[in-house]
Amino acid sequence: MVDIQDMNRISEYEWEIPQSFRKDMRVPVRIFATRRLLEQIMDDKSLEQAVNASTLPGLVGQVVVMPDMHQGYGFPIGGVAATRLPDGVISPGAIGYDINCGVRLLGSQISLEAVEGLLDELASALNHHCPSGVGGKGSLRLSEKELEQVCREGSRWALRNGYATEADVRRTEESGAIEGADPAKVSKRAKDRGRPQLGTLGAGNHFIEVDVVDQIFDAKAAQVMGLVEGNLAVQIHCGSRGFGHQICSDYVKDFQSAVRRYNIELPDRELVCAPLNSPEGENYLAAMRCAANYAFANRQVLAHHARNAFEETLAGRVPNWHLHQIYDIAHNMGKIETHTVDGEQMQVCVHRKGATRAFGPGFQGLPSEYQPIGQPVLVPGSMGTASWVLVGTETSMQRSFGSSNHGAGRTMSRSQAKREVWGEDLHKELEAQGIRVRAGSMPGLAEEAPKAYKDVDAVVETVAGADIARKVARLRPVAVIKG
Amino acid sequence: MAESPAGYKEKPHTADWELKVWAPSLPELFAQAAQGMYALSGARMEPESQISRTLDLQAADLETLLVSFLDELLFMGEQEGLAFERFELQVDETSEDSYKLQGKVHGARLAHLAKEIKAVTYHNLSVARTQRGFEVNIVFDV
Repeated sequence: MVDIQDMNRISEYEWEIPQSFRKDMRVPVRIFATRRLLEQIMDDKSLEQAVNASTLPGLVGQVVVMPDMHQGYGFPIGGVAATRLPDGVISPGAIGYDINCGVRLLGSQISLEAVEGLLDELASALNHHCPSGVGGKGSLRLSEKELEQVCREGSRWALRNGYATEADVRRTEESGAIEGADPAKVSKRAKDRGRPQLGTLGAGNHFIEVDVVDQIFDAKAAQVMGLVEGNLAVQIHCGSRGFGHQICSDYVKDFQSAVRRYNIELPDRELVCAPLNSPEGENYLAAMRCAANYAFANRQVLAHHARNAFEETLAGRVPNWHLHQIYDIAHNMGKIETHTVDGEQMQVCVHRKGATRAFGPGFQGLPSEYQPIGQPVLVPGSMGTASWVLVGTETSMQRSFGSSNHGAGRTMSRSQAKREVWGEDLHKELEAQGIRVRAGSMPGLAEEAPKAYKDVDAVVETVAGADIARKVARLRPVAVIKG
Repeated sequence: MAESPAGYKEKPHTADWELKVWAPSLPELFAQAAQGMYALSGARMEPESQISRTLDLQAADLETLLVSFLDELLFMGEQEGLAFERFELQVDETSEDSYKLQGKVHGARLAHLAKEIKAVTYHNLSVARTQRGFEVNIVFDV
């Protein structure tokens, strides 16, 4: 167990577990949290998991964890770890089963006032147009060849097929298509699962939410993004569906023998890994990128469905019902990036599991309009609470491998939430707060109750206080669609 | 109250599902793990339509065999809409690093599935011998 006495306090928002804490640690663990959030984090096994993560071969700098951190399986949720090229490792479990799970934010010129009476209709239309639920299949049935195109082209495939605009693609991390994807490295089983699921939300904590821009903190950045106080915005939170889950499962299984071949000793079998320059590592990278591109395309097709729902409900009733893309980010990914570690510039594989890339101003990979303000960071809150739009900073590049948090972070188990919260009661409570809810399952809704999560505002205050991200706007939900 | 010789129990976990499973023999342990997984995901089967499938799996260790077995069931759930409730399994160690599962699973079409399981993880996964047989903790990513 990690105790508060084992940690060094670096600042009000930053703590460190030194490398000397356990003999198998290769780097220290850096925790971004206030004392209060740290105490919450210490309620579960997440710090022990962060210490386990710090044993991965080839790590540089430190393992970083975000204030929304919680216990996962193997690598903690909210963790960031960078391994050096060429011989550091890549660990599928340190990226997660839902490869490129992420968030897309769409903005609008629609004022809440103008559509107050139409929100019920809008929520139902979104629920109707956007397929969701357990194992949900979509309206598309991709052929094997089309699936391979999605693997390589991501959002570009969606653009070619009429599901995207140029601006959507441009305003997506990696322009919606990460290079180096190779469908030949993906199993038949993953492909079978992937073909019917493109354009579906799934279940669990995934959602589509209509929000109103509640408060602006950075007028200039908000203006660049097209966020206007009082106007609607839409968030889409989902990932690569069964396609990504299967790819991760396949490689975690495959790497069980790879660690023996490369003599890698680990405290947990879920952390299995292979050197980035080994055939196993290269195969996983190529397969993971297929799932990443699938997820970009998935959120893109869902955005198309959401636009159809807006058109069906609002065309002719409000002057401009269009939704424009603000940004689309990944929060479960492994990416090859250049960072400066101990004064030395190097190429590393940054594993982010439940953490968002948060590159500061000037990063060339951003759309030109975002280069002066930094990369948008999208932080969905728990259902019924606020969500945040932030931007990355210079400090994040120095302290957290250009990363920030990905949400509020759970504090309560799903079964405890179900014991304490009755889905139907929560539904009524949210409706009374003016939040329309369309949910596939009431117990599923209860599991995602706001009280099962940390206070998203406190989490955001921490990353802002530590200056690894800067506040731009706060969003408040008015309609939630869940599988 | 004494625990029954074979069974499963949910353990607290912040975000995912952890299941403790125990049984006097390996085939029963695998069957209990499957039943626990279906119970956690809220699977309900249609009363008619009895369906059987044959399984033949191999792995380098028991844990991987267990993960493969549960993966197989999840895959048949998603692709064919099937769930299983009766298990006739044989689990053998064929050599030092080779384990084999063979047998039949009997079930029906899924009428309802409340929760989606993304994956069966290897997190702290270790099939242990106990005085009463075998025991394992399984964490599912949900």
